[in-house]
Amino acid sequence: MPHQEIIFAGFGGQGILSMGKFLAYAGLEEELNVSWFPSYGPEMRGGTSNCSVIISDSPIGAPIVTDATAVVVMNRPSLDKFESHVVKGGLLIIDSDLVNREPERTDIEIIKIPAQRIAEEIGSKKIANMVLLGALVEKTKIVSMESLLKALKEHGKEQFYELNKKALERGAEYAR
Amino acid sequence: MAKKVLMKGNEAIGEAAIHAGCQCFFGYPITPQTEIAAYMARRMPQVGRVFLQAESEVAAINMVYGAAGAGVRVMTSSSSPGISLKSEGISYIAGAELPCVIVNIVRGGPGLGGIQPAQSDYFQATKGGGHGDYRMVVYAPSSVQELVDLVQEAFDVADQYRNPVMIMGDGMLGQMMEPVEFKERQTTRNLPEKTWAANGLRGRKIHNVINSLYLKPEELEAHNKKLQQKYAEIEKNEVKYELYNLENEVDIVIVSYGTLARICKNAIKMLEKEGIKVGLIRPITLWPYPKKAFDEVMDKVKLGFISIEMNEGQMVEDVKLSVNGRKPVFFYGRSGGMVPTPAEIVNKIKEIVGGAK
Repeated sequence: MPHQEIIFAGFGGQGILSMGKFLAYAGLEEELNVSWFPSYGPEMRGGTSNCSVIISDSPIGAPIVTDATAVVVMNRPSLDKFESHVVKGGLLIIDSDLVNREPERTDIEIIKIPAQRIAEEIGSKKIANMVLLGALVEKTKIVSMESLLKALKEHGKEQFYELNKKALERGAEYAR
Repeated sequence: MAKKVLMKGNEAIGEAAIHAGCQCFFGYPITPQTEIAAYMARRMPQVGRVFLQAESEVAAINMVYGAAGAGVRVMTSSSSPGISLKSEGISYIAGAELPCVIVNIVRGGPGLGGIQPAQSDYFQATKGGGHGDYRMVVYAPSSVQELVDLVQEAFDVADQYRNPVMIMGDGMLGQMMEPVEFKERQTTRNLPEKTWAANGLRGRKIHNVINSLYLKPEELEAHNKKLQQKYAEIEKNEVKYELYNLENEVDIVIVSYGTLARICKNAIKMLEKEGIKVGLIRPITLWPYPKKAFDEVMDKVKLGFISIEMNEGQMVEDVKLSVNGRKPVFFYGRSGGMVPTPAEIVNKIKEIVGGAK
């Protein structure tokens, strides 16, 4: 289904905005229409952060996502805020190491990933976002893993490429 | 073909201005357009041009006045409250007939208002935020690509008519990233040489003076008449708009501009599935207003027109003037940073169409 609307949310500094950017670049790689829109406002370091990404085979309307086909959350406030935004039958991905409550929805698919622990095993907690992104792409098939890796190579920092790649693959594996 | 890159609207404005040969940028930070200044602060020195953060918006627009008077391509940017501060300077620039580009990435008002997307500066932009009988060309792009194309066009139009030109977007357009391509572009316009510029004698016997002061009423009126002639010329030549889904007869026509027009297109597709036919007039120039678009589609419209805006009803006045009583005109708006959803628009249209059937 080449039209998906995704919300990434967590704390500032977790790489929420970059997850969205890499996904958008992967969509561009596949010549789809893409948009990326950050929450902008009185945000500050350590505060909450989110972004909306739309990938579609038809022209994109508003870049702001309210009815998300998938939501990825990396903290409790984000779960509280965005759980209700997932469309019926949509996907919710949770970093279960950081979110200390169970989701309430029963009409959506939920994947809980201990992303912090997996990331630490690979080498750094900082790449937990990539673990979650790997799971999202595996589950939604919105872009291919190849395109995502290409986006990472072209637009990410070279010294982190191998580490990021490993994180994406471990996330994908977890979601399989 | 240049490769497509993902770029934030605000950064794309900066890059497009550099491509268009903008020599000076004078700015002052305000959300949601600060990235324009940040981008220019980094890029302008790299290409050997001038970036200067002014001490205020008032200072920035007067630096624009000075640079434009010296005959170089110059731009400034701000968001709503900042544009209010710049309005005095814009009036002076229009009075002195100087070319420049002013960007307004609109946020909700009045007053300090909020920082979320809005279209509540329509009156300010099109009816003159500053004083006096002046007009300014106002472009309202709806995508980052169109934004880039129009920034380049704006510099040409400014130079051709010696007039300030505004690019008006909203917080959504400024903040979003979309694929964009910077095309190698040659202007097709025959741009006049800037023989009026106050840039030294350069062999002339009398030095050029840039001024907007005319103390004799006869002279000021003559100046105004001359400006009006120029504005009439712009109205004749520079109107831009898009017609969407208007090949055949429709129940109703939405009039909407900027990013909101994209949301309206989504709503039109949803309504189509329910058998309701809706067209769209998307003004790309807000001034000069595309009145002729209404004449063009008038015979295809069953029920009337609806102006959909992110304010409490501003452009709807120009829609009414353009329709001139020939059909009913409806309005739907959200304000304060609230962005209408396609579903909301669908409901409003169904209400009108249902009520009429």
